[in-house]
Amino acid sequence: MHPPVIRLPGVEPHARVVVAMSGGVDSSVAAALCARSGYEVVGVTLQLYDHGAARGGRGTCCAGQDIYDARRVADHLGIAHYVLDFEERFRREVIADFADTYARGRTPVPCVRCNERIKFRDLLQVARDFGASALVTGHYARRLEGTHGPELHRARDAKKDQSWFLFPITPAQLAFCHFPLGELTKAETRAIASALGLPVADKAESQDICFVPDGDHAQLLARLRPEALLAGDIVHLDGRRLARHAGIGRYTVGQRRGLAAATGERLYVLEIDAARHRILVGPRAATYCRELVTGPVNWLGPPGSVADLPVMVQHRYNQPAVPGRILRLDATGARVMFETPESGVAPGQACVFYAGDRLLGGGFIDSAPRLSLPAPETTAAVV
Amino acid sequence: MRRSRGVPGAAADSPDMSGRGSRVYLDHNATSWLRPEAREAILACLDEPGNPSSVHADGRRARARLEKARERLAAVLGVAPAQLVFTSGGSEADNLGLHQTDRPVLVSAIEHPAVLAARADAIPIPVEESGIVDLDALEALLVRHRPGMVAVMLANNETGVIQPVAEVARRVHAHGALLHVDAVQALGKLDFRLDELGADFLAVSAHKLGGPVGIGALVVREGLALRPLVRGGGQERGRRAGTENVAAAVGFAAALAAWSEEEKRRLARLRDRMEEAMRDQVPEARIIGLGAPRLPNTSCVALPGVDAVTQLVRLDLAGISVSAGSACSSGRIGRSHVLAAMGLPPAVCNSAIRISLGWSTTAAEIERFVEAWTGIARALLPARGLALVPARPT
Repeated sequence: MHPPVIRLPGVEPHARVVVAMSGGVDSSVAAALCARSGYEVVGVTLQLYDHGAARGGRGTCCAGQDIYDARRVADHLGIAHYVLDFEERFRREVIADFADTYARGRTPVPCVRCNERIKFRDLLQVARDFGASALVTGHYARRLEGTHGPELHRARDAKKDQSWFLFPITPAQLAFCHFPLGELTKAETRAIASALGLPVADKAESQDICFVPDGDHAQLLARLRPEALLAGDIVHLDGRRLARHAGIGRYTVGQRRGLAAATGERLYVLEIDAARHRILVGPRAATYCRELVTGPVNWLGPPGSVADLPVMVQHRYNQPAVPGRILRLDATGARVMFETPESGVAPGQACVFYAGDRLLGGGFIDSAPRLSLPAPETTAAVV
Repeated sequence: MRRSRGVPGAAADSPDMSGRGSRVYLDHNATSWLRPEAREAILACLDEPGNPSSVHADGRRARARLEKARERLAAVLGVAPAQLVFTSGGSEADNLGLHQTDRPVLVSAIEHPAVLAARADAIPIPVEESGIVDLDALEALLVRHRPGMVAVMLANNETGVIQPVAEVARRVHAHGALLHVDAVQALGKLDFRLDELGADFLAVSAHKLGGPVGIGALVVREGLALRPLVRGGGQERGRRAGTENVAAAVGFAAALAAWSEEEKRRLARLRDRMEEAMRDQVPEARIIGLGAPRLPNTSCVALPGVDAVTQLVRLDLAGISVSAGSACSSGRIGRSHVLAAMGLPPAVCNSAIRISLGWSTTAAEIERFVEAWTGIARALLPARGLALVPARPT
């Protein structure tokens, strides 16, 4: 595919822009598009954690493959590129929060925290300090100019849309940020990378949480929040103690996997009681809720009252939004009602509101009261 | 726009004509521009075969070039040629020096990583806020640890602060230990002789003073045996195996010989004028190590409130090369262990950049740097309007 010429709204031609380069194909193409469109591109790669230590090896100061790749792409494009040491603040703001959230019996979304506290706060300030007019990332999301300023919309490629992860971006931050891949499909991005001969054109997609490369976060919890790995009871909704578990940090509300309890029935995690290290399980029918409550909401939608506003609600990254209503929105958070009961609403995950493709706002899920089950199970639920 | 770097035969006294394009290079302590004298000397070697160990005429010619270079370098250092062992550079020379004892070693806390990492069990010697090694602490450590060797650098790469090596040597020798001195940054910019310093081992390198990368030397006190790190064909009198890098050794000698007293004075004048202008324009600037004797070419300037990385990046984007902290091979910019060891507060450590001048530095380059840096400082210093108004003198 021939690389399109892009215009970053509100940014002067040839202005200096900082592109956050992870070393992956997406941010590499974002940098390439900006550079080819005449902007003075400054590539910035954040060293977020010790790559040697993350893989169980001894700590070294040498960076991993992704940083090497980002530098090679920058060389290829002939742009300035810097690797910044963000290890300490990433450990404090993202990794510690990740472990703390598990220890509280919740399921964290570290990528959202990283966007909120690292990319769109600290890196954005770095971009300003570097004299840039904008911060560009390789996220699949669209920034569209609306009547009240920039709006955040889903990416054109619905399969790749990452707007959900961007919900904490404030209006002021959004005004400084641009996502040139929002109009492209992943296939188009790869085609551009190939056409430009970028060294990462064939690089595999990253899957895991970046600082948990093998997908096993228990090691991390063992180091940071060992109480999240204390053994405890797995208790059925009807009061039976079914089995022991090896730590609440290994469970997520709504999951079925990992429940070896040989009861013959399909059981799902309903609640995680951090204080008592207890996992409450029950049948699928018990996983539904009609409402949820979030922590403080970042609002990007139109100003004005939202009372009873009908919205589309997405409470997990990889599942579609469902119809609902915002019953209440104040400084402490939002109360949201689903049109039809939803399964697997997990505290700690993000609840993001959309109107069509437009992202209106979102917050982290605080609680989601389970629906009462029809008798006889209802009575047994009191344990 | 990029232009080819360096023109063969460019005149030594007009470095502006050396085709460096429009960038200002003030990072000579990282690596300097190749001096034209060195370039010519190297070029003269490159087209001739000849392994100095070979017995034929080609080998003899190569050996003659190598030994001539060794003699020229030895003369400047005040040693016999046989005391000088060529290495691949300063890091190898430091490692070779530290390799000479199995007993405990003391190293100053501000040493180059090549010294700090040469012995994983090295015991650090604290430095004072001036950047000078704490002699009382050294004395105490000598008594407590009875080390086999002590390493104190001649001049620090980040601050340029010169250490009282002769005094260190007296104390170290009084306790029966050996002294290793990393003189990589000092060579060329500071006059010294091995015997005046009292060092047992001295590490030097070519590329910091206008010679090529890839050559250095360990200078060994007369009469001391050397245990080799690299074993093989018996080169360098069995002290460092491997075919000698003749062209680089020749370039090293030529580069060192090109340094004159007048050049050192010129750099000191330029550096001092630069620091004066920086402090005139930006009173918040703080020169690190100002009270101590320093190399004539090195300046470490803190600007509390403005991150060093930000200064470095904005200068780079304005076409000016300086450095901050210690860049590791991945290019990530780390915090300075030197400034931290001096006990400077984080606001100072985090905001200090190093400006290092070299043989090619001109007054025009310094002016361009000061102008760019002043603009950056003014743009990024926390709002000045909030500063307290100084009380009027009564």
